[in-house]
Amino acid sequence: MEWECVIGLEVHVQLKTQSKIFSGASTAYGAAPNTQACAVDIGLPGVLPVMNREAALMAARFGVAVGATVHPVSIFARKNYFYPDLPKGYQISQFEIPIVEGGHLDIETPHGSKSIRITRAHLEEDAGKSLHEDFHGFTGIDLNRAGTPLLEIVSEPDLRSPEEAVAYLKKLHTLVKTLKICDGNMQEGSFRCDANVSVRPKGESKLGTRTELKNINSFRFVEQAINFEIDRQITLIEDGGRVTQETRLYDPDKDTTRPMRSKEEAHDYRYFPDPDLPPLTISEADLELIRASMPELPDARFARLVKDYALTADEASQLTQDSELADFFERVVKEAGGEARLSINWVLGELASALNRDGLSIAESPLSPQRLGQVIHRLKDNTISGKIAKQIFATLWQEDIDVDVLIERDGLVQITDQSAIEAAVNDVITAFPNQAGQVRAGEEKVIGFLVGQVMKSTGGKANPQGVNDLIRKKLTDPV
Amino acid sequence: MLHQHSLTALRDMLRRKEVSSEELTRHFLDRIGQFSSLNAYIAVDEEGAIESARKADQAIASGQLADLTGLPIAHKDIFCTRRLTTTCGSKMLAGFTAPYDATVVERLASAGAVVTGKTNMDEFAMGSSNETSFFGSVHNPWDITRVPGGSSGGSAAAVAARLVPAATGTDTGGSIRQPAAFCGLTGLKPSYGRVSRYGMIAFASSLDQGGPLTRSAEDAALFFSAMAGFDSRDSTSMAQEAPSVDDLLSKPLKGLRLGLPTEFFDDSVDAEVLARVREALDALESLGAQLVDVSLPNSSAGIPCYYVIAPAEASSNLSRFDGVRFGHRSRDAADLQSLYEHSRAEGFGDEVKRRILIGTYVLSAGYYDAYYLKAQKIRRIISEDFSKAFERCDVIVGPTSPTTAFALGEKTKDPVSMYLNDIFTNTVNLAGLPGLSIPVGFDTAGLPVGMQLIGRFMDEASLLSVGHRYQQETDWHLRCPEAFV
Repeated sequence: MEWECVIGLEVHVQLKTQSKIFSGASTAYGAAPNTQACAVDIGLPGVLPVMNREAALMAARFGVAVGATVHPVSIFARKNYFYPDLPKGYQISQFEIPIVEGGHLDIETPHGSKSIRITRAHLEEDAGKSLHEDFHGFTGIDLNRAGTPLLEIVSEPDLRSPEEAVAYLKKLHTLVKTLKICDGNMQEGSFRCDANVSVRPKGESKLGTRTELKNINSFRFVEQAINFEIDRQITLIEDGGRVTQETRLYDPDKDTTRPMRSKEEAHDYRYFPDPDLPPLTISEADLELIRASMPELPDARFARLVKDYALTADEASQLTQDSELADFFERVVKEAGGEARLSINWVLGELASALNRDGLSIAESPLSPQRLGQVIHRLKDNTISGKIAKQIFATLWQEDIDVDVLIERDGLVQITDQSAIEAAVNDVITAFPNQAGQVRAGEEKVIGFLVGQVMKSTGGKANPQGVNDLIRKKLTDPV
Repeated sequence: MLHQHSLTALRDMLRRKEVSSEELTRHFLDRIGQFSSLNAYIAVDEEGAIESARKADQAIASGQLADLTGLPIAHKDIFCTRRLTTTCGSKMLAGFTAPYDATVVERLASAGAVVTGKTNMDEFAMGSSNETSFFGSVHNPWDITRVPGGSSGGSAAAVAARLVPAATGTDTGGSIRQPAAFCGLTGLKPSYGRVSRYGMIAFASSLDQGGPLTRSAEDAALFFSAMAGFDSRDSTSMAQEAPSVDDLLSKPLKGLRLGLPTEFFDDSVDAEVLARVREALDALESLGAQLVDVSLPNSSAGIPCYYVIAPAEASSNLSRFDGVRFGHRSRDAADLQSLYEHSRAEGFGDEVKRRILIGTYVLSAGYYDAYYLKAQKIRRIISEDFSKAFERCDVIVGPTSPTTAFALGEKTKDPVSMYLNDIFTNTVNLAGLPGLSIPVGFDTAGLPVGMQLIGRFMDEASLLSVGHRYQQETDWHLRCPEAFV
């Protein structure tokens, strides 16, 4: 039988606010345990939550970006359950009326573009962390993360393959980074995903019983976990078994999923509106401001990059996946006097491999887009040769210095004095009579050797194309 | 005797330097020690009080006067204090010291008040007799075999016995007004959002309000004015400054329409209580007030509605007491589940457990609509009843409680009869309105009778003005239980 899988994703996006969603404590990652948890985060008796407006506006920005309804009034609810890293015994979340409802995200599939509907996106606070190692049979609790603002984005079950799920996630990842509402750091848990997976015979319209996969925190794991789960469910059904509705944990080391809790063991969360928080309001004026300050979204940017800079689809897609990289590129082009082709080659070539070599992100590039643009500009206007450009690039990686000053200081200007180049060419022809003879005899390939010798003797400052032309003229043209 | 003076009178004496704060504070501390058998206090802070009193005396000497400079007060043990333990009357928090001060504690401290200690209360403010306290029952100074009312019973007993001239209380369904009535005091439950709830341990968040227990409306205005006002740390706090004492006391009684809800004057109320309330209304009428009949047709739904909403919120609010981070932690916990079960079983008393069970039940899947949602609808209807009544009158009046103080142990076996004590008070919390109880005489057993005044939202001024005017003509509020003269 042919099977079809049905996937819906729940993505927890950590909002990039300075302070927590209901307290003034810092959200910075990596501090010593429990040093960034204030009285409110610890849930001490008597404390009260106060909404961080910034988090609400970030959620609204997401809603506007995906064409969703941003509810003018949404309600915070308490989700009640006991867990040691949940200080109050309830999580403040949104239940009946979330801040964002509806909207869609479009992905590219082998069969063309596909629109994935978004069910809702709601605000909630993160819990702390339970640490099971190094406590001699006890569990350690770190509440630094407790109260960090999350936007939980729930998709409709519109995804039909693990590849589509990954495409959706990557698209969402790019979007929230472009909107500057999330740093997108998956290792630090800023972008986490749960997947609801079911299978059904192809052509069947009724949904199969789903399982929920937790703990899949990289694009690769998402694909692996869903693939494993689909196979498991199909095998189970084909062997006459039944899928049970349950929550399963993905183990990336073993590449398997294992049951965490069944539907029977599922919590009754006893949701009710949180009496400590008034309804959250987003006004038309808030939305106006959000619309007015909306950055260019990935789809629009992709189209513009292709059109304005004549980039290939692959190049444009590489840039739009990382809005900071795209920003960098566009600044380089501007500084390079509009030279897009050289700019994209340098950004995706020399720059990308240098960053990769040193394990740096684009934001950490030691070379500013202005500097790189200057280099390209000087390359384009023939002030320097390509070889020198690479040399300058390496220098700038180590030291921040104005490109023109550097060219002047190190005497890197391309030799434009024709008589000087001619003299150098003559010297090389004299010094390498054998090779010169081969060229005269029609062995084209040897010209490269002679050009190389001239470049060497001029310290790379000659224009290689000019040298090539001159040698060719001297040795092969009938006099 | 110093302790017979009102809070306002003592303030004036301090300002005129007829007495020093240290002298005053020592006098009250002595009384607290002398009458410790009332069990009104859970913690007494002699050292801290004397230290603050000395500072107050320096401030007075240098002319730096705040509203309550040098005046001894007490806090209900529900308000978090950095200096003293905050137990909420529970074993769960026995020995717990908060790392911060509640907003009310901060405000009263910056107004110059001297904190003598923390007063006894029903466990987590759940009770109407102060008998659910882990630290034992409190005795009513008018008759030590009787309850002082609750949950702010310690504060009420302390003020009535002249152990302190004023104390804070909290009121979720009547917990300031009913003990005020039982102890012959003036007790104000402010409008919801008037007084910050930050640092006040939550029982039912949508109903809880802090307020003063004092001996007169004038004192209540002075104390309330220092407690109230917007607090950015409480999202349900109203964005209004605290009213001034003058504004709170100066509304004219003449022409004011006092509404008598027929539902508050029926047979269920003790005849003597009704008689005293009617006498007080006659007195107010002769002073120029106009009496009109009004109706609150759905007030009988108040108790069932309240006993769904309050426990629902409480069941969630009390989840943080799990033995993990603070509070009681069972010694025989083998794993996480037993840590929760044992800590909570050992730390909470019966009444608290009962309400957690009720609250958990009414919020459970399958029951939520029938109980919690239905109760929310009734709550709106009760609010609308009040709004309609206020079209015909300015202040609603009636008995605070159906009876005077009952005997210790009398109702502990029958929770429903205990709950019915709050029949006239808890609809006021459901509607978020201000309510004031003032003493209007005594029954034949010599126990005080309280009359409740209910105002429009944020109109504490009308209540306190009526109370003040009445107290200028009567002396019920000046009566002192014999043993404490």
